[in-house]
Amino acid sequence: MNKNFITAYCIAENNIVYKNGLELYATEGILSENFFLSAYNHFNLNYPKFYKMDNLSKLGWLASEILLKDENLHEHYASEDIGIVLSNANASLDTDLNYSETIKDIPSPAVFVYTLPNIVIGEISIRNGFKGENAFFISEKFDAALLEQYVNILFSSNACQSCICGWTETLEDNYKCVLFLVEKEKRNLNLEFIKDNLEAIFNANAEG
Amino acid sequence: MQGISIISDNIFSPLGKTTAENFAHLKNGSSGIELITNSDLSSESFYSSMFQHDFNNGNYTKFEQILIASMQDALNNCDINVKDKKTIFILSSTKGNIDLLDKKVYNEELKERIALHTSAKLIAEHFGFINKPLIISNACISGVLAILTAKRLLESGQYENAIIAGADIVSKFVLSGFQSFQAISSQPCKPFDANRSGLTLGETAGTLILSSDKKYSSNIKVVSGSVSNDANHLSAPSRTSEELSMAIQKTLRNANIFEREIDFISAHGTATLYNDEMEAKAISLSKLESTPVNSLKGFYGHTLGAAGIIESAVTIQSMRENIIIPTKGFEKIGVSKPVNICDNLQKKSLNNCLKIASGFGGCNAAILFSN
Repeated sequence: MNKNFITAYCIAENNIVYKNGLELYATEGILSENFFLSAYNHFNLNYPKFYKMDNLSKLGWLASEILLKDENLHEHYASEDIGIVLSNANASLDTDLNYSETIKDIPSPAVFVYTLPNIVIGEISIRNGFKGENAFFISEKFDAALLEQYVNILFSSNACQSCICGWTETLEDNYKCVLFLVEKEKRNLNLEFIKDNLEAIFNANAEG
Repeated sequence: MQGISIISDNIFSPLGKTTAENFAHLKNGSSGIELITNSDLSSESFYSSMFQHDFNNGNYTKFEQILIASMQDALNNCDINVKDKKTIFILSSTKGNIDLLDKKVYNEELKERIALHTSAKLIAEHFGFINKPLIISNACISGVLAILTAKRLLESGQYENAIIAGADIVSKFVLSGFQSFQAISSQPCKPFDANRSGLTLGETAGTLILSSDKKYSSNIKVVSGSVSNDANHLSAPSRTSEELSMAIQKTLRNANIFEREIDFISAHGTATLYNDEMEAKAISLSKLESTPVNSLKGFYGHTLGAAGIIESAVTIQSMRENIIIPTKGFEKIGVSKPVNICDNLQKKSLNNCLKIASGFGGCNAAILFSN
């Protein structure tokens, strides 16, 4: 099997946003929802749809904006060749709890639509016009081996030429998002797309 | 021929406990859909295909019990060793145990009980799988994507056998959501019909067992498949249908077969105005307008994470018997593009059959079964 490479990565956790190991934005002592909004403002993102998203989509979408900034994916790939493969432990439970509250009064279709974990893939796809392969996996913990295996199969079978993959989780006031851009060519970073590198990046801030 | 062999299957539904029982009912035109009055689920009566007995015994929830029953029957009919390290269990569901949120107070314990990985772990332990289960939750394409994922993993050589099981149950959570969208039909759903007015929900579990072992090479195979995203809207399908059509065309191209070689299409056919219109356009755009099409939603309702699996199991049984099941509820064409919706039982040699699906989040999937 040919080697593939991590050409960019973005981490959002503990009120800090990193891209390719560099801290781009940090703030202190605020709740997750406020952090998503303050990061949105900090990076001058202008996308009114952001305000109607649930927290899982806000987080995944924000991280994808930072991950893809200056990467010019559309110059390199057809929209149908860009895939998105995401994962987390609790699916859309964060919004399921909110929707469940609305049932007691008037069920909200605007909230109900977010009660599926793959909606965040839909939001990233709409923003960027990505039309390729999708998958949302549920695993108790970050499963680097599964991502390595599945995304490599997508590449080797030509199901995609470029893929955004990773983990995005929000539940009540806890959140963590780690996204990787994977391509066949090395470009700037010298990081092979293998499970050990995925795990090292995922856990980079674990002690901090 | 390339592909991964299908060696066993099950449909565990309100119509029957095995694929054979289910297929007999489908041939007779019997539907599982009936008018349900249940104040725990809805203040008004609604049409649905639901199990009529309780599942509240044992350590497993209803969702897990129907999965276990379905998997057990499929495993009884083949010689796959679940304890083999070359065997993987793949679970497909959109909402799993979400009904617990309708009934219980949320706390840390309930959080764990609702998590799909908890259900997958309990089921894996019940059967004795040694590999960690793989879980797919990708809206209404979950079942088709689970089959495609199994095919991909088996072709990579990582595993030799895959047990793919999918289920969802009818809950107040999901029913109220579709009601809030005005998407629930006031009659049993009527896929592709001029008078269709929305979907009917259903609950079912389904299982397919796949193997790359050459000893099954004369079986029906999963040959190719593809997934796409509309990149257009979260809850309304693509206006152009280009993206579902793209998934269909990639699936045919990867299998090296022509449109005219497709004998039958098992559609998603939820009977919402938008879904059926979008699917008809995609079928037409893929130059498959004369190919026979059915939807099984008039028998089972929309079973969400099970739909792709049970509709594939029926398609595979159709290929074994060379019979196309008619589209229950369909009378008069109600989509703007010509499509060949089956409205009576047809006998036809079935060698290449497509299963297609689309879901919230703009996702589409297609998969090809060949004999």
